[in-house]
Amino acid sequence: MSSFSVTEPSNRTKWFAGTLVILYALITMIPLVWIALTGFKSPADAISYPPKYIIGGESEAGFEPTLEGYVNLFTTRTRQTQEFLHANPPENWADEIVRQYDMVIVGPSKFGQRFLNSVIIGFGSTFLSVFLGTLAAYAFSRFKIPLADDLLFFILSTRMMPPIAVAIPIFLMYRQLGLSDTHLGMILLYTGVNISLAVWLLKSFIDGIPTEYEEAALIDGYTRFQAFYKVVLPQAATGIASTAIFCLIFAWNEYAFAVLLTTANAQTAPPFIPTIIGVGGLDWPAIAAGVTIFLLPVMIFTILLRKHLLRGITFGAVRK
Amino acid sequence: MAQIVIKNLKKEFGDFTAVRESSFTIEDGEFFMLLGPSGCGKTTTLRMIAGLELPTSGEILLDGEEISQRPPSQRDIAFVFQMFALYPHMNVRKNISYPLVSQGMPRAQVKAKVAEVAQILGIEGILDRPVGGLSGGDRQRVALGRAIVREPKAFMMDEPLGALDAEFREHMAEELRALHDRMGATTVYVTHDQLEAMQMGDKIVVMNNAVVEQFGTPQEIYDKPATMFVASFIGSPCMNFVNFNGQLGLNAHELEMLGSRFGVPQTREPFEGEMAFGVRPEHVTLSDAAPFRGEVLATEYLGTTQIVTLKTAGGEVKARIPSNQTAKTGESVGMTFDPKTVTLFDRQTGRALKSELNEGVLHG
Ligand SMILES: Nc1ncnc2c1ncn2[C@@H]1O[C@H](COP(=O)(O)OP(=O)(O)OP(=O)(O)O)[C@@H](O)[C@H]1O
Ligand SMILES: [Mg+2]
Repeated sequence: MSSFSVTEPSNRTKWFAGTLVILYALITMIPLVWIALTGFKSPADAISYPPKYIIGGESEAGFEPTLEGYVNLFTTRTRQTQEFLHANPPENWADEIVRQYDMVIVGPSKFGQRFLNSVIIGFGSTFLSVFLGTLAAYAFSRFKIPLADDLLFFILSTRMMPPIAVAIPIFLMYRQLGLSDTHLGMILLYTGVNISLAVWLLKSFIDGIPTEYEEAALIDGYTRFQAFYKVVLPQAATGIASTAIFCLIFAWNEYAFAVLLTTANAQTAPPFIPTIIGVGGLDWPAIAAGVTIFLLPVMIFTILLRKHLLRGITFGAVRK
Repeated sequence: MAQIVIKNLKKEFGDFTAVRESSFTIEDGEFFMLLGPSGCGKTTTLRMIAGLELPTSGEILLDGEEISQRPPSQRDIAFVFQMFALYPHMNVRKNISYPLVSQGMPRAQVKAKVAEVAQILGIEGILDRPVGGLSGGDRQRVALGRAIVREPKAFMMDEPLGALDAEFREHMAEELRALHDRMGATTVYVTHDQLEAMQMGDKIVVMNNAVVEQFGTPQEIYDKPATMFVASFIGSPCMNFVNFNGQLGLNAHELEMLGSRFGVPQTREPFEGEMAFGVRPEHVTLSDAAPFRGEVLATEYLGTTQIVTLKTAGGEVKARIPSNQTAKTGESVGMTFDPKTVTLFDRQTGRALKSELNEGVLHG
């Protein structure tokens, strides 16, 4: 690829495009990096002006990293008298940190459990949406279903108003059914919201897979379900991965329903994190620590599925 | 290995009839061609035999057993798709072994079978390659490998060479035919290429517009066409039709056409009305003395022979004559037709009239 080529961009174009992409990435990363940094600051450093943004060091902008935010996030603490503090030496490094403020750790906070709720509800509803969505999309794509177009429109129409518009009916219904503040209730709710997206996205992916593959599998002695499972699913991996990411992001970040329908048992992280603010003044490092941890699962999930997303549909064993 | 009998097979898609009451028999070990123009229902017929499509009515007998309503996995018939349909997420070896794995064959045995098939097809070197990057010919071989590895009762092939370029097609066609001769497996092969069908087939079914027009050996179909469609679809250039109005007696040896008398194979049915006098270009001879004359419109040089196009009172006639014989454009020449090879057609229905020549050949 030495001289002029029509399909290959020139080096200058590549540099330009590359620079733009990196710049854009940097700009979008700034808030995330800021949050991650704040999680490791002391409360004073977190709100100091001019801001501190260099880890360690003596300079004006440097701050000493501390796990204070994380300790505060995961524990509940009480203030104690000097006598008590002297009589009971710190038990571990976390205890030592909170002693600076004449506090002692009395137990874990609710964050761990809220985070676990988020994981159960987020991944549970994602799995259910993708599972049901794949089966429904396959059926719509391959079988003659009476009124298929109308059914598809009906499925899509569930997204035509903002879900929160039906918050009150759902709230009342859930109370009647005993689904309020339960994991199952939240999983069902998020699945209900996500399923139309899943069906539509996956249908277009499955439509793109030639039926010859399944027919070849049928001929090779497999049942229709085996053909679906062993031949269609691997090829729909790209679609399934991207659908799963969309579903997870929605369920993971959902705030309004979570505030309305969960209080204790099934409360997810989004409505919980703001409540940290109220505990003993504005504890920004703890909030930042919470947000950082909260962001990780979606990030890891996306990175894990990236292979499938990027691979794209580069088949070509069927020539058209 | 198996004999396949098709009886009154019919397929409707809603209001549309894709295959209309077809019947023919594929004998054990035959290389059987389904030939016809695009959209005539070849693929649909093949898919019904394989079980990918259920017939609306009719029977399919595989070794005497009625199988038309069985799922494909219970028919023991292999299918080679036009676009190969190799599983893209598996490598060559996995593709070929896939049908064996479904039967639960032990792994060592699968390995041995795959190696054997790969050796037959000459693809040992690519067994561990992904199918994505293979050339057309290699894909074709892998698709064949997947079909032959489980030793099915019969093979269905839907235009298996359609995706290859012209030069390579011929080579693959030979390879395919050699493979068939070696294994002797009943094979049904779909094509719209009449040359391919004539070269490779033991028997041919010619379909048009969802109907089986004729069924027989390549020679029968070439020499004794049952309909005007078959006569014009097969051969290049195709059979000549001289159109005329006339009458034909029973057991006649000649007839009067456009003022001249012509010998024909002894007739087996009388007829009166619009007819077509069908004769192949190689059975037309130019002779100055002949009373039936035409004007030379064009000549096409083909090496040892040439095709001369003549304008006659009954329409254009093409003659294949030796290239050393001269024919000048604009000249008027006489022509004679080899009486033993003539087929007469009813122009209204397109059907061949029965004669000594085509007796016992015609169907339907
Ligand atoms: N699933 C289907 N639904 C409706 N019509 C169909 C279906 N499958 C085939 N047809 C129609 O049936 C007719 C015959 O189709 P078929 O595929 O058998 O033709 P073919 O002879 O194989 O043609 P080609 O040479 O183009 O492959 C076509 O007009 C086609 O449009
Ligand atoms: Mg076809």
